[in-house]
Amino acid sequence: MNYNWSFAPIFENWQVLAIGAVGTLRLFVICLVIGMGLGLVVALGRRAEARPLRWLSRAFVEVFRNTPVLVQILWFYYALPILAPVEIGPFTAAILGISLNSAAYSAEIFRGGIQSIEPGQWEAARAIAMTPAQVMRRVILPQAVRRIVPALTNRGVEIFKMSTLASVVAYVELLNQGKLIASIYFNPLEVYTIIAALFFLLLYPIVRLTYALERRLARSDA
Amino acid sequence: MSVLKLVGISKSFGGTRVFENVDLDVEKGDRIAILGASGSGKSTLLRCINLLETPDAGSIEIGGTKVGSAGRSGLRISERDLQALRLRAGMVFQQFNLFPHMTVAGNVAEGLSTVRRMSRPDARTRAIMELARVGLADKADAYPARLSGGQKQRVAIARALAMDPEILLFDEPTSALDPALVGEVLGVIEQLAEEGRTMLLVTHEIGFAYHVANRILFLAEGGIYESGTPDEVLKHPRRPLTQHFLKEHKRFQF
Ligand SMILES: Nc1ncnc2c1ncn2[C@@H]1O[C@H](COP(=O)(O)OP(=O)(O)O)[C@@H](O)[C@H]1O
Ligand SMILES: [Mg+2]
Repeated sequence: MNYNWSFAPIFENWQVLAIGAVGTLRLFVICLVIGMGLGLVVALGRRAEARPLRWLSRAFVEVFRNTPVLVQILWFYYALPILAPVEIGPFTAAILGISLNSAAYSAEIFRGGIQSIEPGQWEAARAIAMTPAQVMRRVILPQAVRRIVPALTNRGVEIFKMSTLASVVAYVELLNQGKLIASIYFNPLEVYTIIAALFFLLLYPIVRLTYALERRLARSDA
Repeated sequence: MSVLKLVGISKSFGGTRVFENVDLDVEKGDRIAILGASGSGKSTLLRCINLLETPDAGSIEIGGTKVGSAGRSGLRISERDLQALRLRAGMVFQQFNLFPHMTVAGNVAEGLSTVRRMSRPDARTRAIMELARVGLADKADAYPARLSGGQKQRVAIARALAMDPEILLFDEPTSALDPALVGEVLGVIEQLAEEGRTMLLVTHEIGFAYHVANRILFLAEGGIYESGTPDEVLKHPRRPLTQHFLKEHKRFQF
């Protein structure tokens, strides 16, 4: 193979990628917080006394789990403003698409974690007169979260990678900035290799951190 | 003084009757042992008393106050009624059910801080006092996973005691234990009996029941089949199922 590698333009334009990386991280953090937070709310909604609340939570999960994130982002960006008098920028559309999809998946993870706690834990907590909300907060969730840390980590990694989908509405993140460089210098091989490497370098330390967290949490019930 | 009064309590699960029309009057200081074959409804009876199961019919009075209000279909019980009742009736489970993510002291202090709204340091002080009572003050900062079964059950007893219950409900507290560890738990229960605590104790330790209880209930055929003093029921049972049950229990010593 006689290929002329052309990495130089990428390094010369490192600021372009840096801006993209900031955009990726910003989107990731916001979607992580909303996705997991709303996921917990929806999981609790599925156990609510009120039937409509249970139904609504269930419908939310099914709708957002069974539609592609890419379509959701496009829908929020192009379709929603037609239906409702709102202005939706690329950033908001991406947040909505990725967060709601992640919330649907996290809700299922939380639900599984909550269900995996032995009924005896509920009974012991109820027997010392705790209210259902207190039992959930003090006894069930702390144990459930420990069990689902690996699954939530996977979700987090997915969210990070899903951030690239925001490039479809031209949100400024890593992939979008890479495309920009590649379109100017005609070096897609180099650009996408670097983009992949950057994702790995950003993501891997985060994942390592959660491994450490897992070990810490496991210590108490050893 | 009546601590607990059950009138006409019935419970069935999906058409299968567990018991019907059970009456029980527990006086302060009573130590009532509940015996019966497996599946005779001993656990269900205790669970109906602190409303982990809702009775289908009947009424419960604790400390002279009726629990809940009569509704169209059985008892109507609010969250507040539940709380009030459970603060008065402490429960100890066969499987201990300690909270594995909390330390031993944390387990005992949990109800004090979360339910009784005691400050954390005060709750901890009280928890360590209760742990000392069951001989485990030195384990305050250990996690339950580090304890033997007997120690776990003693922590569970301390957790119940910390809430100052008027009556203690024990559901086969030693059945999940190695035989070598049964003694330490029975020792704690005996000590509580000597302090004059009111208790209902489901057990298969017939010798222990004979020594500690002042009344024995034998459950069979969907109700209290035979009851009386330990001498009456355990030494001179009158009815055939009681006689048969006692004969089957080999480890029977007075
Ligand atoms: N939650 C439940 N659902 C259905 N059946 C139950 C439930 N709890 C207990 N039972 C049934 O009720 C009967 C009495 O059970 P239990 O009170 O646990 O007996 P014991 O404690 O005397 O062994 C048994 O036949 C048992 O299968
Ligand atoms: Mg039982």
